[in-house]
Amino acid sequence: MLNPISVAFKKAKAENRPALLTYTVAGDSSKKQSLNILKSISKNADILEVGVPHNTPVADGSQIQTSAYRAIKKGIKLNDIFKIVRDFKKFDKSKPIILMGYYNMIFQYGDNNFLNKCKTSGVNGLIVVDLPWPENKDFAKKCKKKSIYFIQLLSPTTTSKRLKKIIKNSHPMNYFISMLSTTGGKLKVSSKEILKNYNMIKKINPKKEIVIGFGITDKTIGKLKSADGLVVGSAICKEITRSLNSRQNPVTNVSRLVRKLKNKIK
Amino acid sequence: MKLKKRVPVIDQGNSLGFWGGKFGGNFVPETLKKPIEDLEILFNKLKKDRKFINERDKYFKDWVGSPTRFIKLENLTNHINGAQIWSKVVSDANGGAHKIYNATVHCLLAKRSGKKIICGDTGAGYAGKMLSMAAKKFGLKCKIFMGAKDIARQQPNVKAMKKNGAEVIPVYSGSQTLVDAVSECMRFWVANCDTTAMCVGSTVGPAVFVRICGWSTSQISRELKAQLIDEFGSIPKKLKLYNCVGGGSSSFGFWNEFMDYDKRQVEFIGVEAGGPKKSKKHAAPLTYGSKIGILHGAAQYVNQNSDGQIEETESISAGLDYPGISPLHCFLKDTKRARYTAASDEEALSAYKLVTKFEKLRPSLEPSHAFFVALKEAKKLSKDTVVVINSCGDAYKDRGILEKRLGKKYVKSN
Repeated sequence: MLNPISVAFKKAKAENRPALLTYTVAGDSSKKQSLNILKSISKNADILEVGVPHNTPVADGSQIQTSAYRAIKKGIKLNDIFKIVRDFKKFDKSKPIILMGYYNMIFQYGDNNFLNKCKTSGVNGLIVVDLPWPENKDFAKKCKKKSIYFIQLLSPTTTSKRLKKIIKNSHPMNYFISMLSTTGGKLKVSSKEILKNYNMIKKINPKKEIVIGFGITDKTIGKLKSADGLVVGSAICKEITRSLNSRQNPVTNVSRLVRKLKNKIK
Repeated sequence: MKLKKRVPVIDQGNSLGFWGGKFGGNFVPETLKKPIEDLEILFNKLKKDRKFINERDKYFKDWVGSPTRFIKLENLTNHINGAQIWSKVVSDANGGAHKIYNATVHCLLAKRSGKKIICGDTGAGYAGKMLSMAAKKFGLKCKIFMGAKDIARQQPNVKAMKKNGAEVIPVYSGSQTLVDAVSECMRFWVANCDTTAMCVGSTVGPAVFVRICGWSTSQISRELKAQLIDEFGSIPKKLKLYNCVGGGSSSFGFWNEFMDYDKRQVEFIGVEAGGPKKSKKHAAPLTYGSKIGILHGAAQYVNQNSDGQIEETESISAGLDYPGISPLHCFLKDTKRARYTAASDEEALSAYKLVTKFEKLRPSLEPSHAFFVALKEAKKLSKDTVVVINSCGDAYKDRGILEKRLGKKYVKSN
């Protein structure tokens, strides 16, 4: 059976648009609310990235940090996150879910234990921010055995020699970091420049799906439409924070934002 | 797990940067892979380059002030009436602590790589102060990340950084101490690694930073070895080297040159921060058996909960207030080359009182932890045992805390 992540890309391509990937933090601002957000955005998002909050995140900007600390403060645990995924999959079985987090939490859970739990909960892919190639070789192999995509990160600082090696060893989907930044930074390079880098990566192996993330908002997403997929994370976390601060319902506000994002790339 | 002889410990990691196959490594975002690799290539080349070593030594001698004193604490020796008590007064170094060695070397490397800005983290403020001094000396722009809680409790060092022209950036996330400062500094580097060099303030972080820092602070034991031979004619038959351990930079540097000696001749004792007596929180992952985990790019023993969230620490000394510990020390612990224990806040304060009562020496709260254990153990040791404590920082920065905890009379004399 084809991984639902690949199905999602196929579907988006058939509609002549990039796949829309959203990132929200599990447990932000509560377990129930984060599940409700996932349910409400799943109509417009093609792939759902679910952040596993960690309290020493070395690659996240302030928006995602705020969401992560909020979730941790509420006491979210890995097992709760698996439950959120399981509950979501009961609601929408075919929608792909990617967990994104830092390696220490997986390491403490135990690689095999973690992957078994991913499998039974319905996780389809993993992004581990601080487990780069080649350190991730063994872990990526274990993922493959479970038919879970291990998604490699590529950055503007990744040398072309390294790009080739990573892509050669990669699973069907990879993630290109648009610029030198933590998540949610202001897009400091032009979309033209980003797409130039993207196309160079794409050329190495056109069959691999490459999504672009970091710094993408409703203002910038339209200019990057030619990519296989686009990830919006911090802008959504920011919307949750804004909603909470103004005593509005994050579920409806985030849902509206994701619909808007989708309309921009149609 | 085995320690190799005649190979510097900093070079005993495997190809992925793991000591003993499991401590250290490079758990970093992809963006940092290239800058780290560049730094590795540069450092591996320069550490073998005679010209670079001469340049380092020139700055260490003329600017840092080498060697720092090695003195006998006669009054304390008489009072303790056991082993001989000596101290290596590393706080003599320019700026008042050992952090100057690592800062100097990082600035020299930054200059060689053509970077114009250097960023760094700081806990007690020493790493930041020294980096600001070195940056000024070498004409680099400097940004220091410091937890808001530490900014409040280590004001003298904050003032010094600002005076040196550094930008001090307060970090409000998490526990607002060193652990968050290091995270924020790494985040800044992720976003600015094309123009900016990073200096990690201790023997922590991705493997190359552990190595550079250990290589730099080893100046302490190079000096001590010569001073011991000067004083005793040879390395004493019973030598015990006590040092506080937070991240582990001063202790590693204090021990490195003695690594190949049998531990029955030269014993290493690392003293971690046990925190307040009545608190369950501490900054002593080695002493209290914390599990191995990943923090700031390296696998190490680290205080964490069962889910892998890093736990908050508590210690009177900002410089030791770190939930993890250098991979080098994890390696020295598991190979049993060094022994680790902890002293509480109260014990460190009592040692500070005792040392200042008998000697003209004002160790900061960090080395006061080491003094406590050393003086306690020295009582039971023979007179021909030579106990040396690294007084790696000066208490000037702790004025506020000392006044609050011990009263004004312990501050005046500073």
